[in-house]
Amino acid sequence: MSDNQKKTKQVLTGLAIPLIAIAFGFLAGAVIMLLSGNNPITGYTALIQGVIGDRYYFGETLQRMTPLIFSGLAVAFAFRTGLLNIGVEGQLIVGWLAAVYVGVAMDAPMIVHLPLAILAGAIAGGLWGFVPGILKARFQVHEVIVTIMMNYVALHVSNSIIRTYLLASGQRTDFINSSASLESDFLSSLTDFSRLHWGFFIAIAAAIFMWFYLWKTSKGFELRAVGYNKHASSYAGMNVNTNIVLSMVISGAFAGIGGAMVGLGTYQYANILPSFTNLGFDGIAVALLGASTSIGIILSAFLFGGLKEGASNMQAAAGVAPELVEIIIALIIFFVASSYLIRWIMTRLQNNKEGK
Amino acid sequence: MEYVIEMNNIRKEFPGIVANDNITLQVKQGEIHALLGENGAGKSTLMNVLFGLYQPEKGEIKVKGEKVEITDPNVANDLGIGMVHQHFMLIEKFTVTENIILGSEPLKGTSIDIRKAEKEVQEISDRYGLRVDPKAKIEDISVGMQQRVEILKTLYRGAEILIFDEPTAALTPQEIKELINIMKSLIKEGKSIILITHKLKEIMAVCDRCTVIRRGKGIGTVNVADTNESKLAAMMVGREVSFEVEKTEADPGEIVLSIKDLEVQDTRGVKALNKLNLDVKAGEVVGVAGVEGNGQTELIEAITGLRDSSGGTITLSGTDITKFKPRKVTESGIGHIPQDRHKHGLVLDFTIGENILLQTYYQDPYSRSGVLNYQKMYDKARQLIEEYDVRTPNERTPARALSGGNQQKAIIAREVDRSPDFLVAAQPTRGLDVGAIEFIHRKLIEERDKGRGVLLVSLELDEVLNVSDRIAVIYEGEIVAIVNAKETNEQELGLLMAGGTREAGEKHE
Repeated sequence: MSDNQKKTKQVLTGLAIPLIAIAFGFLAGAVIMLLSGNNPITGYTALIQGVIGDRYYFGETLQRMTPLIFSGLAVAFAFRTGLLNIGVEGQLIVGWLAAVYVGVAMDAPMIVHLPLAILAGAIAGGLWGFVPGILKARFQVHEVIVTIMMNYVALHVSNSIIRTYLLASGQRTDFINSSASLESDFLSSLTDFSRLHWGFFIAIAAAIFMWFYLWKTSKGFELRAVGYNKHASSYAGMNVNTNIVLSMVISGAFAGIGGAMVGLGTYQYANILPSFTNLGFDGIAVALLGASTSIGIILSAFLFGGLKEGASNMQAAAGVAPELVEIIIALIIFFVASSYLIRWIMTRLQNNKEGK
Repeated sequence: MEYVIEMNNIRKEFPGIVANDNITLQVKQGEIHALLGENGAGKSTLMNVLFGLYQPEKGEIKVKGEKVEITDPNVANDLGIGMVHQHFMLIEKFTVTENIILGSEPLKGTSIDIRKAEKEVQEISDRYGLRVDPKAKIEDISVGMQQRVEILKTLYRGAEILIFDEPTAALTPQEIKELINIMKSLIKEGKSIILITHKLKEIMAVCDRCTVIRRGKGIGTVNVADTNESKLAAMMVGREVSFEVEKTEADPGEIVLSIKDLEVQDTRGVKALNKLNLDVKAGEVVGVAGVEGNGQTELIEAITGLRDSSGGTITLSGTDITKFKPRKVTESGIGHIPQDRHKHGLVLDFTIGENILLQTYYQDPYSRSGVLNYQKMYDKARQLIEEYDVRTPNERTPARALSGGNQQKAIIAREVDRSPDFLVAAQPTRGLDVGAIEFIHRKLIEERDKGRGVLLVSLELDEVLNVSDRIAVIYEGEIVAIVNAKETNEQELGLLMAGGTREAGEKHE
């Protein structure tokens, strides 16, 4: 077998696992529909209709994808450096608030105002990543514990700031000034007045950026080296601790920009959150299914965004409870996580085919 | 029934390769039988067939004259075959006894009868002189003792035939001596041993007969008494191998590296180096001989900037590098072949090409304004792979997939190619076969002849004696003696390493 063929085969095996996991997830969803007295064919038809059956639905799917891409990138970036960032949720929340604050409090031409608002989100998220990063580098405190705790800090601090300083009406802040808004009449009218905004393209650009940064720059080389082998990295003169902190800051910044997209694009305000948005936590699933690659993250964000969007039509048209979608997502993740099982089955099948 | 184990005409194939091609291995009752071959020759495959992990395509296995089918390791156990693995299979948090009884726990009612087990373990330990404390936790005992626990484990399960897979790879010279005594006492008690190894000296020291395999083929079986190291090496490699490193007289120049009163603490904060002094000149190889744990690791780490020193100075060609970080040290002109190539030398998940650039990736032309030029990186990697004869499908193969010898060649390529003024080589040939060892020794001498200073830290006395021009003996964090390699021998070094003085050594002779 030539090298190229081998490589193609590797890529195919790499693709097969998430695809099989997705298939299993849907299969299990069908069984559940059958058990609860629904027709899975009608159910899934309605689900797919709810994603691509209408320009509005499609636009909303892309809109839902946007923060998922960012949170997926955040998880993946840290993961590539050997860190588990479970704090994407919190980083996203502070990024949201910071961006909206700049959007509300400032008045400037769009060319200054919008980038500044996004930057504010990145800084806030980066700061939220910096704390666990520095604790890990200095005192070897495990980042999982700190990031989980920082989620609660983010949620309650943001809510408290909104309640105390920024409350405009009901549970939310003022609307941001239009010079900080990502809204696009063009995109909106193209998709039958969905909430699709420019943030979607920023997310795609961010995915390309991550790929370039990790695989094409010397800093990315270092980050990945540290992720694989800290000892060899410090032997080769890399500063392991600096890289850990840097990785957490960049990861947090991705999440923070994701929050800014929600605040400046989808809602145009920040509100008091009754609970977590789950946009950050879903990033873990997105990164896992996307195998921590940029293209994989875009695709899996589309899948999860689509499932969530299509759920409402599935209920309206086929009477299937929208919670089914959450079950399918959970099962897909379950099957990805148990990829060992899939690998095992695949080698078994292959051996049988080869006549052994 | 002359043979306790007979493996006749064994053939084992894997997709694409024949790992064992018609190999015959016959082990007599009560002998130590060596299985010799280079890395990747098929020794482990053959033993895994015997241990029931693989099924052979062809051939038969007889145990005590009876034909058997060993379908899995449990069958092997029942037949009295035990394996002492190279990588210990022990649970760190468990005691010695708990590890030994794991899987065959003696019960009292429904609970484990740990007392009884401890007594049995103690008995076996005493009988074979293993000196193992049944109640000690694995994490608290030395590597040598962990290995004895592995041996105990097989004995506890009633093994009559013990397979030792590269047992000396992780041991110090002292521990190797102990192990040899243990093997001899096992034989005295009627056990038989198969010793998998590529170390010729050990074979000469303990084995009765030796079966050699090369590239999956059985080359033959010889009586150890009728052969010698170079004959065995020739059988193993397929050509004549020189053990003596060919070199001319050293022509030392100026002092390159100068260490003055160096003090370093180890990880636990205990003083590991105690006012150590050492000079290395350009154009000479200085060997550091010593028993493991006398400060060698700390010395290397202090020189290369991986560990802070608490006193003293290190000077490289007149520049004080004591406080330099690893990258500064590297850039100042020190090359470092680390003692643990998997931990420090390589990022195993990176490609071999990326690993070859691991010290220079950030420099022009491989990186410009922070953007990598993979084209240039892989061009460079290809060039070095060719120059240093690194056997790899290509430069984009993961480092993990290469054999130990080729991984080490890649590291040497990376370190030597930067043309450092001073090269630190720590255990550069650990775990490698004679072919690779020859290559690496030649490279070190070549560097010396180019006028570079070389510091060779090794636990293998042969290596230190063969390659070095001067030998510094390290004992409890101090250089206790510096001798001319030509005017000393193993006995004298052994004595110095144990803290004796030179005079005593001379008297002893």
